[in-house]
Amino acid sequence: MRMTTDYESVIGLEVHAQLLTRSKMFCGCPTAFGRAPNSQTCPICQGMPGVLPVINRRAIEFAIRTALALHCTVNAGCRFARKHYFYPDMPKNYQISQYEEPLAVNGWLEIEAHGTTRRIGIERLHLEEDVGKLVHEGTLETARASLVDFNRSGVPLMEIVSKPDLRSPEEAAAYLKTLRAILMYLGVCDGNMEEGSLRCDTNISLRPRGSTDYGVKVEIKNLNSFRNVQLATAYEGERQSAAIMSGQIIVQETRLWEADKGKTLSMRSKEYAHDYRYFPEPDLVPLKVEQRWVDQLRTTLPELPVARQQRFVTQYGLPAYDAELLTQSRALADYYEAAAREYPKPKIVSNWVLSELLRELPGDDEAALARCPIPPRNLARLLALIDGGTISGKIAKDVFEKMYSSGEDAETIVKREGLVQVADTGALASVVDQILAANAHAVEDWKKGKKQSLGFLVGQVMKATQGKANPAIVNQLLLEKLPKQS
Amino acid sequence: MPTIAELGARYRSGEATPTEVVESYLQRIETLDPQVRAYVTLTRESALAQAEAAGKRLKAGRPLSLLDGVPLAIKDVICTNGVRTTCASKILENFVPPYDATVMARLGAAGAVMLGKTNMDEFAMGSSTENSAFFPTRNPWDLARVPGGSSGGSAAAVAADLAAGALGSDTGGSIRQPAAFCGTVGVKPTYGRVSRYGLVAFASSLDQIGPLARTIRDAALLLQVIAGHDPLDSTSTDVPVPDYPAALGQGIQGLRVGIPSEYVIEGMDPEVGKAVSAAIEALKGLGAKTEKVSLPTTDYALAAYYLIAPAEASSNLARYDGVKYGHRAAGGKDLIQMYGRTRAEGFGPEVKRRIMLGTYALSAGYYDAYYGKAQRVRTLVRRDFQQAFERVDVLACPTTPSVAFKLGEKEDPLQMYFCDIFTIPVNLAGLPGVSLPCGFTQSGLPIGLQLIGKPFDESTLLSAAYAYEQATPWHTRAPALT
Repeated sequence: MRMTTDYESVIGLEVHAQLLTRSKMFCGCPTAFGRAPNSQTCPICQGMPGVLPVINRRAIEFAIRTALALHCTVNAGCRFARKHYFYPDMPKNYQISQYEEPLAVNGWLEIEAHGTTRRIGIERLHLEEDVGKLVHEGTLETARASLVDFNRSGVPLMEIVSKPDLRSPEEAAAYLKTLRAILMYLGVCDGNMEEGSLRCDTNISLRPRGSTDYGVKVEIKNLNSFRNVQLATAYEGERQSAAIMSGQIIVQETRLWEADKGKTLSMRSKEYAHDYRYFPEPDLVPLKVEQRWVDQLRTTLPELPVARQQRFVTQYGLPAYDAELLTQSRALADYYEAAAREYPKPKIVSNWVLSELLRELPGDDEAALARCPIPPRNLARLLALIDGGTISGKIAKDVFEKMYSSGEDAETIVKREGLVQVADTGALASVVDQILAANAHAVEDWKKGKKQSLGFLVGQVMKATQGKANPAIVNQLLLEKLPKQS
Repeated sequence: MPTIAELGARYRSGEATPTEVVESYLQRIETLDPQVRAYVTLTRESALAQAEAAGKRLKAGRPLSLLDGVPLAIKDVICTNGVRTTCASKILENFVPPYDATVMARLGAAGAVMLGKTNMDEFAMGSSTENSAFFPTRNPWDLARVPGGSSGGSAAAVAADLAAGALGSDTGGSIRQPAAFCGTVGVKPTYGRVSRYGLVAFASSLDQIGPLARTIRDAALLLQVIAGHDPLDSTSTDVPVPDYPAALGQGIQGLRVGIPSEYVIEGMDPEVGKAVSAAIEALKGLGAKTEKVSLPTTDYALAAYYLIAPAEASSNLARYDGVKYGHRAAGGKDLIQMYGRTRAEGFGPEVKRRIMLGTYALSAGYYDAYYGKAQRVRTLVRRDFQQAFERVDVLACPTTPSVAFKLGEKEDPLQMYFCDIFTIPVNLAGLPGVSLPCGFTQSGLPIGLQLIGKPFDESTLLSAAYAYEQATPWHTRAPALT
């Protein structure tokens, strides 16, 4: 059943972002992804007896920059705390996190959904360490052994908790998208949700529309894409609504989103909720954050997505839709601006980037653009070739594909493959004559007033010249040679 | 039995070589340690190799430090690269650390020789070394008695001259109390003075590594090498390390010594009280001025300690789960059972008791009443000391309310906890404390005098202790072992 209008969803998101620091949160081990198991570990991130953590200054810096971008108050002092539970992927059986005294609180970000802009509150932002990974021999159920890879253990994680301000699955997805873009602009997280550099849990409850109380909330874990966030919150909203309608009581619990089944399943209820026994981490002294440092970091903040989007509209005269897509990732926006500087017809550049380039690229993130075989300058020069009449727009698309696969520039490909547009009226006139002779019925149709015949004949000429004919000249020649319409 | 200072002088004059000295120590250990049982692991081969290397440096006139070639015993709670570090627990019985504690790296760089690792109460929890999972250590002054604890192995090794000096760790008195029981010097430095990196944690906010030695000068020589800021320990403090041995001769004329009135308690051994009073008189005779001070929250310190220390321990010991290293119980059906059985088999009763106490004190709904309140008491204890130190330079009191007791004598854990009643407040306040011999009972058991100093003022503390030591004969006595 659809959710009735009597209830509204109250949604909050907890986002975990792996920070792009070179070394781990509390030791000097590298953070690179995908290396041989346990090759990036030391006694500290393996939780050996006697080891002690030392705070990574760069991680604090990344967190402060993010806090500032999210309009948070950076606390003058914060503390790390130990969060306890037993699990083999966590070497100390406690995680060093922050609890009562987080790094930053009380921020906001603006999202666009349902055609309006809304400000969503940020409850808190804090730092913690990631856990390792379990590798099961076969499936979890049948495995005879499980192995632990601690490469990820101790990688800095930033947790950003929203206020329960989101009211629909679309808003939840928009929030995550907006937040991800900000993190990527800041260069603090690569935003890769598939590899788990960005993870999301949501809390959702229902309440009668117009009420200001909160209902019993359910936490959904394991959401690794915008789509899953939207689908899972939508599913859960409907599940809760159906339950309420049939007189059931919602229980506070943690549920797991099973993407392939398209449903949430109960993981544990409140009675089995962990008592994490938080207490201040005695191995670290309280962290003092000097206002001077915060002020200095504020000056290093880059232009953020919303500001850049607005600038793209005013500076380049782009439609809001183009500006939004182009500014989702800093790398893509940088690419666009570089190309638009070389070829100052912003809307045409935008069309090519959004349709041709994004079709070829595996994504719009930093990594994808770093590997892009067509530098912005080459795209600009390709577009300039169309303007100069050297190639047609249609040929240009073929040239673009070849540029993408070979990494060569447009001129090289056009020259080698003889793709220079035929603009010689004499040479084209004879082709036009041949086509007219071979398509007598089309000429007849034209005479009877069928205007589409012209397009058909242009197409035939283009085909005969392998697309190299200048379409404007072909058009002109045909109009001259065709009989008058009756 | 030469002191560390004397050994160094003999090495430099060529009168003795480290190899001869280490060999004679190994011989002595072979003869006497079966009675004392101070060591859990002997590192004979590496000790001889280190001695030989030290000998070459000394011969070439290029010793690494005043400790070059000096044979030491290390409490088995300090991680030693490639050498089994057990914490006297079954759960770490076969654990070989892949790294050195910072203090070991510093001793190594100074050329010191490690003879072996010493017995202790399991995970440093206890006051008699009877909580070792392997065997109890005996007091060299009376083999029927305990050496104190938890650094009982280190104290007994030093007292029996099975090492020239030793390292211990002190969370609530674990260096000073066994030093008192064994008639040696024991120094608990200011919290943050010595790096804890590589010290297997019991209670992180209280633990501190320190030296045990036969004289104050020897303790100063050892402290000199291990003290100082360590980037690997965020709780170590970047305060310059003064020249401790050089400060010893300065005398105590005009030194203000505070006598805390709360440190005379009911049930205290009268011989201890008498010896400490006489020691205070002796300090006066050396030019010190004494005055009574009050530390009113002393009564609550023990209770606060037994919430804070177990709470931290319950967290620190969570990592011993059979997954990564150490003991793993066989036959567990699933993960939870494996955890349960491993920890049931691997930990002894006192460790389990403290894990349970600590887990309870941190649980939701009890945190404020227990851990939170204990932390507030801790603040008050610290404030008491601060106020006292506005008027005096050091405090003098007994190290322990009684002398060494017999093995098996204290079966009630609470009775055992009371052994540390005079040492625990010092850890809660993070202050430096030293225990040194101040007499013997009629039955010939050592009595310890505790001096407590201001934060990072080990120099004053040690020079006061040195003045007393040099004016009294106690440090020259040795137990008769054959």
